[in-house]
Amino acid sequence: MKNSKLMILLRGIIMENPVLILVLGTCPTLAVTTSLKSAFYMGIAATAVLVCSNAVISALRNIIPDTVRIPCYIVIIASFVTVVQMLLEAHLPEAYEMLGVYLALIVVNCIILGRAEMYARKNNVINSILDGIGMGLGFLLALMLMALIREVLGAGSFWGYSIPFLENYKISVLAQAPGGFLVFGILIAVMNKLTEKRGGVKRKSFSCDGCPSAHLCNKTSCNELTELAANDGEGEVKADD
Amino acid sequence: MTKYILILMAGVLVNNYVLQQFLGICPFLGVSKKFNQASGMGIAVTFVMLAATAVTYPIYTYILAPAKLAYLQTIVFILVIAALVQFVEIVMKKLLPALHKSLGVYLPLITTNCAVLGVTLNNITDGYNFIESMISSLGVGLGFLLAMVLFAGVRSRIENCPAPKAFRGVPITLVAASIVALAFFGFSGVVENMLGGV
Repeated sequence: MKNSKLMILLRGIIMENPVLILVLGTCPTLAVTTSLKSAFYMGIAATAVLVCSNAVISALRNIIPDTVRIPCYIVIIASFVTVVQMLLEAHLPEAYEMLGVYLALIVVNCIILGRAEMYARKNNVINSILDGIGMGLGFLLALMLMALIREVLGAGSFWGYSIPFLENYKISVLAQAPGGFLVFGILIAVMNKLTEKRGGVKRKSFSCDGCPSAHLCNKTSCNELTELAANDGEGEVKADD
Repeated sequence: MTKYILILMAGVLVNNYVLQQFLGICPFLGVSKKFNQASGMGIAVTFVMLAATAVTYPIYTYILAPAKLAYLQTIVFILVIAALVQFVEIVMKKLLPALHKSLGVYLPLITTNCAVLGVTLNNITDGYNFIESMISSLGVGLGFLLAMVLFAGVRSRIENCPAPKAFRGVPITLVAASIVALAFFGFSGVVENMLGGV
């Protein structure tokens, strides 16, 4: 029993890392990883919201009617985000400034809604809290890893302190927008390579299973899109004939 | 007038939400495989952004701010956007079935698109008035459309390329996005220079 609880906690950190394996929550991952500090604050803020919302959603899982569950989840998540916003503004104004609009955008972070939909509504409170901590730490670690690469190589500094040699040879593009995409792409490729030997990890991204909006469209949108694409393909072939 | 053009062009090119500010990455990577889907998604997002701004701006200015409830903006805005998307879908289905058939499939996916919530929040933070907010939303929406369409073109070529095995799928797409973002760097300063010259 103890073992399984530990598994729930560890799963989010490595095997089902929300960022590097499931490819969820890409927006904050790319946006706040220009410095270690902002990545750390973002990871902590998102973890706090994730743990609280998982706990509450799990506790209310038998009360919330299935048909209106998404709006309910959004209200719960948004409430916790507001709490975190107010706390940071009062006690850590530096973090509040640094994260800016991305702090409010934790509301639409796919990881949080995704865990509510995939885990918290089917499991008890304690497991949901553990899952929230695990997933949150996984998110935090992935953010820190990316920020480490981008800050050290891109800005030649570590946690805001400049590194003697590197600061003269910084690759400043890494700290800017294109560098975010590049580092993220390469990190996922490295993860692919590392997990390849162990049979590879089944990615759930870009399909209905990994999409937190899947329930909103009852998995119809993507299927219709695929059909549209298929029809387009046929149309093109005909046109070529 | 110059100010409006600047706000518009900033949204489209300089501060492109997808490529420079990393908002709305999920649809950017998920729905950009085909040109038709990419443009459809782009148009739907632009439309929802305009509608969301038209609703959230008055709510903030005339209800939340005077009542000193500004801290509720996150909750209120996301609920308004979610309700609005549903409403638009129902109305569109009833009144414009043809348009619903082509854009309707994208609508449910837009609720959790952070670019829509982002633009409504940013309009408030930037202190724009109503017209400026609408223009800013239009610019951001068009910028999203531009990025989607450009990237769909890039991506249709990547799909046929023999990338290294570990890079196939998501990683190579992100690397391509990085190069497109780099290209957008060329626009910074251009708009100001052009208008300054006139």
